[in-house]
Amino acid sequence: MSILINKNTRLLVQGITGNEGLFHTTQMVNYGTNVVAGMTPGKGGEWVLDKIPVFDSVKLAVEATGANATVIFVPARGAPDAMYEAADAGIPLIVCITEGVAVQDMMRVRDYLDQKKVRLIGPNCPGLLTPGESKVGIIPGDIAIPGNIGVVSRSGTLTYEVLYALKLVGMGASTCVGIGGDPINGTNFVDVLEMFEHDPQTEKVVLIGEIGGTDEDKAAEFISSKMTKPVVSFIAGQTAPPGKRMGHAGAIIEGGAGSAADKVKALQAAGVKVAKHPEEIPSLLK
Amino acid sequence: MKLHEYQSKQIFAKYGIPIPKGRVAATASEAKAIAEELGGRVVIKSQVLVGGRGKAGGVKLAKDADEAEQLATQILAMEIKGLPVRKVLVDEAAAIETEIYFSITNDRAARKPVMIASAAGGVEIEEVAAKTPEKIVKVHVDPLLGLRDYQARDIAASIDLPRDYWKDFNKIAAGLWKVYTETDATLAEINPLVITKDKRLIALDGKMMIDDNALFRHADLAEMRDVDEEAAAETEARKYGLSYIKLDGNIGCMVNGAGLAMTSMDIVKLFGGEPANFLDIGGGAGSDKVAAAMKIILSDPNVKAVLFNIFGGITRCDEVARGILVAMDEVKPKVPMVVRLVGTNAEEGRKLLADAKMITAETLADAAKKAVAAAKGKAK
Repeated sequence: MSILINKNTRLLVQGITGNEGLFHTTQMVNYGTNVVAGMTPGKGGEWVLDKIPVFDSVKLAVEATGANATVIFVPARGAPDAMYEAADAGIPLIVCITEGVAVQDMMRVRDYLDQKKVRLIGPNCPGLLTPGESKVGIIPGDIAIPGNIGVVSRSGTLTYEVLYALKLVGMGASTCVGIGGDPINGTNFVDVLEMFEHDPQTEKVVLIGEIGGTDEDKAAEFISSKMTKPVVSFIAGQTAPPGKRMGHAGAIIEGGAGSAADKVKALQAAGVKVAKHPEEIPSLLK
Repeated sequence: MKLHEYQSKQIFAKYGIPIPKGRVAATASEAKAIAEELGGRVVIKSQVLVGGRGKAGGVKLAKDADEAEQLATQILAMEIKGLPVRKVLVDEAAAIETEIYFSITNDRAARKPVMIASAAGGVEIEEVAAKTPEKIVKVHVDPLLGLRDYQARDIAASIDLPRDYWKDFNKIAAGLWKVYTETDATLAEINPLVITKDKRLIALDGKMMIDDNALFRHADLAEMRDVDEEAAAETEARKYGLSYIKLDGNIGCMVNGAGLAMTSMDIVKLFGGEPANFLDIGGGAGSDKVAAAMKIILSDPNVKAVLFNIFGGITRCDEVARGILVAMDEVKPKVPMVVRLVGTNAEEGRKLLADAKMITAETLADAAKKAVAAAKGKAK
């Protein structure tokens, strides 16, 4: 078992003929992901890697291939439209890798997707990896092995560090979920923690947070009231000055709120072991 | 991106929000001319992108044009929180009866825009929120539906605005909503919105912040960025699509990914060092971007050592290594450098750097420790 994706996931790639789309489609296919279709307007009828049909619209792709998840590699100005299109075509799971989507666009997208009951991962995220089965997004496949640890993170490369550190000591992941570093995203920590809590394969959870927002505080509340599985955490941005946006649109300490110290305190109060640095995580899981 | 008060108020005016008569001046004589034109009493307001201008003495009332010139001279010579005053706004002075706070911003937790209002205007809203939270009214707006008239009326009623002003307030609320949506603002704030003694509602002061990610559709607003107000290196970094923030330490950091960049800074600090900067080269950076990043880091004279931490995913370690070599060739850095390459094409990257006299590290902790030691002059 795993959460969100497995070997039966039928994946559509929006923006499949672009540089990034093509590169990562190749990586996903090599990993074993069941990529059933691609979509780039104006390129319908073409083929990618000699076996993946490209369609002009998401609707056509879904009708022809039964795709039940999509990953978006469309530039920021087109990403909102790509998400609306996927939702309107009835795809229940959207993973948006795109970085730099305008925040007001995201408020509207999220509102619409909620009404349609569509699950969104991202935007500005590395996507999903169920080691040994499927990867949807850009997480390098060879840095993680299958196992019983659920990983959820707001970051990209920091997540890779953690997966890699786990692999080095022989620990594997059930599923890794990169929820993204934007202020308004789809799936949040609590959603994923709830899925891990109910997933029989997942025995322990690693939560990687960062400064900005209140998502980690809500996660702490959820962990103390609803979770039975142990959680280990790391929060990035201990040294970040207030008022400066640290790369991620969501990583900013605003009006004194959202500091790493407060988040660490909230998590510790919920019984979470918080690592001083990512390479300490494996030992805290033992 | 922050806008100056005068820029914000010009935008307000475009959307039908009444503002005081006035213009911006870069010299005292310009300020005098504007004051003469306006006639009567004027306010001279420093235009810097920090709060607390009034408390710092950067806002003064002048009774006539001569005094305006004199005060503008003083204010233009000031520094407020480290920022030199380069411009002043000369506005007609208003006779104020009541001060109100009114803004629209993003409520991240609710994932919706929120209108915030308070009868206690004219002071920092954070202060009001801390001391008298009951004086703050918040109304969320559906991002797909937009602001409804009744919501503006509800706000007017709950801050006890006299009914005579409701109609005008509704127009201002509708205008501010348009400002917020049409400029992709993350904050559109009027503080104070005043009722004058002659019974008008005017936006006396304004502040706006624009979503950097939306500037692609606002070329006019992008031009308003005041690059004088930010560190030169930050402007340079933006040109290359790098995310750079200067800090006070002496260990330069170059990392791919924002979360990992923050973490690298944290670990440097954990092992007793101080990061000189935050720098995220982003995903898939080519060698030219890496070279630009390295030059920016080395342009900070405080830097005593540089830490490269690259976890290749989209980013290929060999590309990063090539960029490092290009920059080393151009800049000929004298400070020690610690490099850690993991992930996509790490092996190729390490080979490229083998002759470059760099200190190598296997783990994140190891890299940070070595960088801290190098900055203290303990490198071999």
